[in-house]
Amino acid sequence: MQIECPFCGKRDAHEFAYLGDATVARPDPAVPDAARAFYEYVYLRDNPAGSHRELWYHSAGCHSWLVVTRDTRTHAIETIAQVGAR
Amino acid sequence: MTPLPQSRRLASGGLIDRSRTLSFQFDGKPMTGHPGDTLASALIANGTILAGRSFKYHRPRGILTAGSEEPNALVELRSGARREPNTKATTVELFDGLVARSQNRWPSLGFDVMSVNSLLSPIFVAGFYYKTFMWPAAFWEKLYEPLIRRAAGLGRASREPDPDSYEKAFAFCDVLVIGGGPTGLMAALSAARAGAHVILCDEDFSFGGRLLSEQFVIDGQSGADWKAAAVFELEQNPAVTLMRRTTVFGGYDQSTYGALERVGDHLPVPLPHMPRQRLWKIVAKRAVLAAGAVERQIVFGGNDRPGVMMASALRSYVNRFAAAPAQRLGLFTNNDDGWKTVADCIRAGIKVEAVIDPRPAIPEAFRQLAIQAGARLFEGGLVQDAHGTARGLQSIDVMTSTGRTESVAVDGLAVSGGWNPAVALTCHLGARPVWRDDISAFVAGDTPPGLVVAGAATGAFDLRSCLADGVRLGAEAAQAAGFTAVAPTVPAASEETLGLMPLWKVTGARTKAFVDFQNDVTAKDIVIAEREGFRSVEHLKRYTTLGMATDQGKTANVNGLAIMAALTGRSIPETGTTTFRPPYTPVAIGAFAGHHRGKHFRPTRLTPSHAWAAEQGAQFVEAGQWLRAQWFPKPGETDWLTSVNREVIAVRGAVGVCDVSTLGKIDIQGADAGTLLDRVYINGFSALPVGKVRYGAMLREDGIVMDDGTTARLAQDRYVMSTTTANAAKVMQHLEFCHQVLWPELDVQMVSVTEQWAQFSIAGPRARDTIQKLIDPMADVSNMALPYMGVTTITVCGGIPGRLFRISFSGELAYELAVPARYGDGVIRAIMSAGAEYGIVAYGTEALGVMRIEKGHPAGNELNGTATARDLGLGKLMSQKKDFIGRVMAERSGLTNPDRPSLAGFVPVNRADRLRAGAHFLGLGAHPSASNDQGYMTSVAFSPSLSHWVGLGLIKNGPNRHGERVRAYDPVRRGDIEVEICSPVFIDPEGGRLRV
Repeated sequence: MQIECPFCGKRDAHEFAYLGDATVARPDPAVPDAARAFYEYVYLRDNPAGSHRELWYHSAGCHSWLVVTRDTRTHAIETIAQVGAR
Repeated sequence: MTPLPQSRRLASGGLIDRSRTLSFQFDGKPMTGHPGDTLASALIANGTILAGRSFKYHRPRGILTAGSEEPNALVELRSGARREPNTKATTVELFDGLVARSQNRWPSLGFDVMSVNSLLSPIFVAGFYYKTFMWPAAFWEKLYEPLIRRAAGLGRASREPDPDSYEKAFAFCDVLVIGGGPTGLMAALSAARAGAHVILCDEDFSFGGRLLSEQFVIDGQSGADWKAAAVFELEQNPAVTLMRRTTVFGGYDQSTYGALERVGDHLPVPLPHMPRQRLWKIVAKRAVLAAGAVERQIVFGGNDRPGVMMASALRSYVNRFAAAPAQRLGLFTNNDDGWKTVADCIRAGIKVEAVIDPRPAIPEAFRQLAIQAGARLFEGGLVQDAHGTARGLQSIDVMTSTGRTESVAVDGLAVSGGWNPAVALTCHLGARPVWRDDISAFVAGDTPPGLVVAGAATGAFDLRSCLADGVRLGAEAAQAAGFTAVAPTVPAASEETLGLMPLWKVTGARTKAFVDFQNDVTAKDIVIAEREGFRSVEHLKRYTTLGMATDQGKTANVNGLAIMAALTGRSIPETGTTTFRPPYTPVAIGAFAGHHRGKHFRPTRLTPSHAWAAEQGAQFVEAGQWLRAQWFPKPGETDWLTSVNREVIAVRGAVGVCDVSTLGKIDIQGADAGTLLDRVYINGFSALPVGKVRYGAMLREDGIVMDDGTTARLAQDRYVMSTTTANAAKVMQHLEFCHQVLWPELDVQMVSVTEQWAQFSIAGPRARDTIQKLIDPMADVSNMALPYMGVTTITVCGGIPGRLFRISFSGELAYELAVPARYGDGVIRAIMSAGAEYGIVAYGTEALGVMRIEKGHPAGNELNGTATARDLGLGKLMSQKKDFIGRVMAERSGLTNPDRPSLAGFVPVNRADRLRAGAHFLGLGAHPSASNDQGYMTSVAFSPSLSHWVGLGLIKNGPNRHGERVRAYDPVRRGDIEVEICSPVFIDPEGGRLRV
């Protein structure tokens, strides 16, 4: 598998480290039910069969965190972008 | 011994080089062959019928096929460290000096004692192991397993390290063509003419596929001549890479293919610097699968007897290798293709005794062919049993269309039950093949993106369709890869028909009828499986072992499935499909490892003072990827403890130096650097004054400690963080995550500078005196100017820029001196001379560890992935004023329970006792059980300062139990001693020594 890093180009998947779901957002620790919100943020994950936005880190490259949209059934990659990029 | 002449070599013909003779040995017998031979063809040319003994029953077995689907002729190749079991004789390219041995026989291949298993066969049927050896479990290891391993099993691997090297390589192309037969050659030509970069792979050492083995005519030329011209054209094209001896064994995501190139397998020993094999990862824009088809057998009694061979294989031996597997042949075919054998035998002078064709009516041309061959023709007949011995076939029993049984004397039988398209690569990403009634075979279902199937692999078995497919699909693949293709004209080839009448198994066999030769699975085993309810294909496979092992049932699976279908009254597609997973043929582990073996498994990182430490005779230890000095033995010191004790005493009494460059170092800059650190560490850093250092601990978001270390503030907007050696990369990734993913608005940048700095800890009462001599004049490093936890920029040894941190891991007055890594070797030498007058010693990781245990600093053993900051006594550091990673989750009741195992010190009640890390704590007199477990000892050391062992451990409610006694129970090493819980700080608890 290859991943096209927006900075380094198409690179072998071995250069990247996988983290997981890119759709979860770190909760505001000040909200009243922060404990529950953090529990969900840390532990609860959907396991979709299909398109999935996930975080990959170009550890053996430019150290960018990337959002890779990948089909979990076919591993086909739809989009790759630097995290936070529009 | 002089080799005998090649008694079964045909006088002429074949694609072998008769001008050269190669010598080889089989079971110690000298034989000869020619370049172009495989081991199997050379054995046949030498009249060798018997190739090995079967897995379970030790039945004599011959050579069944001429390719990688071979289930029988598995040999041990080479000797010594290169001995390689289970090699298919049919794929071994003959070389001069080759040594091969048959397997699974004792004392000899001809006379095998274990063949008594065959007499015991009623108890060796399917499910035998499951039923017989259920219990007692203890008998497995000592009795059953050795017994089974002796009786069953195949060859023996060498026990020596592999002396050869293996490589891994990447390749990229527009069009990958898998298989170099007529279809593949045509596809490659078609794509290459369009200008595409083409890679053509074939597992054989010669391109051509069936063109080498059949008497084809293409465009008026012989198949072999046409092939030679095609290969020549491809070789002239610089955009084409031809890869012989290369099996594409797996299809992976995104049009990536795994291939094994056997670079040196056809040589006695690889040439200097030549890898034995090379593992390719081929990324192809488009791929054409032209892997052909595998002929399948018909199941009848004695169908495994030596002398029974696939009809296509027989033609390969006769046409390609000019070797005659038989002199009086029977042919059993249910299709037109098998009849090619008759014409080829006539040409080669092999007598065809009988043709048995179960079809009720065959084309007139075949009847004429039988007459021409002088063969008896049994239309509508069946071979029920084949009879023979280890020396070869003697006769076959034919059931005629009228129901009579006749015996025909033959010394060989060619069998064709039709062809199975080789669609394995289409299934590696999860697709299943689909059944086609018209050819009674599975063909590709969904194909992976970018891959098309062509030729015989689609079930279009005739040469004309194969060539046409190659032309069209090669051009389409090039087009899809962005080239303008003009499809070449399809070469002319004669028409062929298949006319197959499915026949999987002959009923009424009186002797054992085999479905899977390699696993000794008989038709009866499938009956048993069905009777016992193992009807699903997956159950059938696992209960009978059908389709397992090195051939993966290439000649067996579909017959087994068809037999199960008949037993259950279902159609074949209703019964199930065969599944294929990579690899298509076995790949040696060595090829997957490549160069990553032994010391090259991962890189070794050397510290800046490594060369100096080696000169001092340091004992080294691997720490992560680093090689660090563990201790520095002095002449006369015979055990490590003596050296370590000396080093500790010297540091505590005078001064010592230790290379601590391996600790991770991250340079963090930007206006918001402090804010980022506040959020990452449990304690605050934005208020840390410039020129100060602070210890910090960081948590994972789930509240567990991730790492710790010191961070220094070098400027208003610049910090340098240190991490533990083991977690350096992990912490870097974490910081990047926090910045890029969580808080991209922060103005901060960071870079790992671990390898840019050599860093030395100089510790002990005379540390300042030593430092003073190193630093250039003008710098004030007095206790006033550079107090404990201060940092300053200096130059040393006449202008080398450096940083001096007043930090201590040992508990003594200590500094860490950092200089650019390239000065590390010079600076360690300078430190040693500067400290010489104070009795400086170099100390290693052991002494470092002893001193940190004496000081109660948690390290790797305590940061065990389950301990919280409170567990480690760091609770008071946790800021209440700010958010930080892990803060919310760390407040969960389970993580704040005072009963959690938390850090404490331990001393043996009997001071002479030795402590052991890993020992578990139990109440005095408590029964050793998991429910009574109170925690465990994490780190221990012999303290030369206290003259007894001290330990750190995590024990329930540790901080509130100082003075209490518990058991340290260590059943693994038979340890069971009483220990006293105490403060984890054994030396200088007030920290006075740090501040002098």
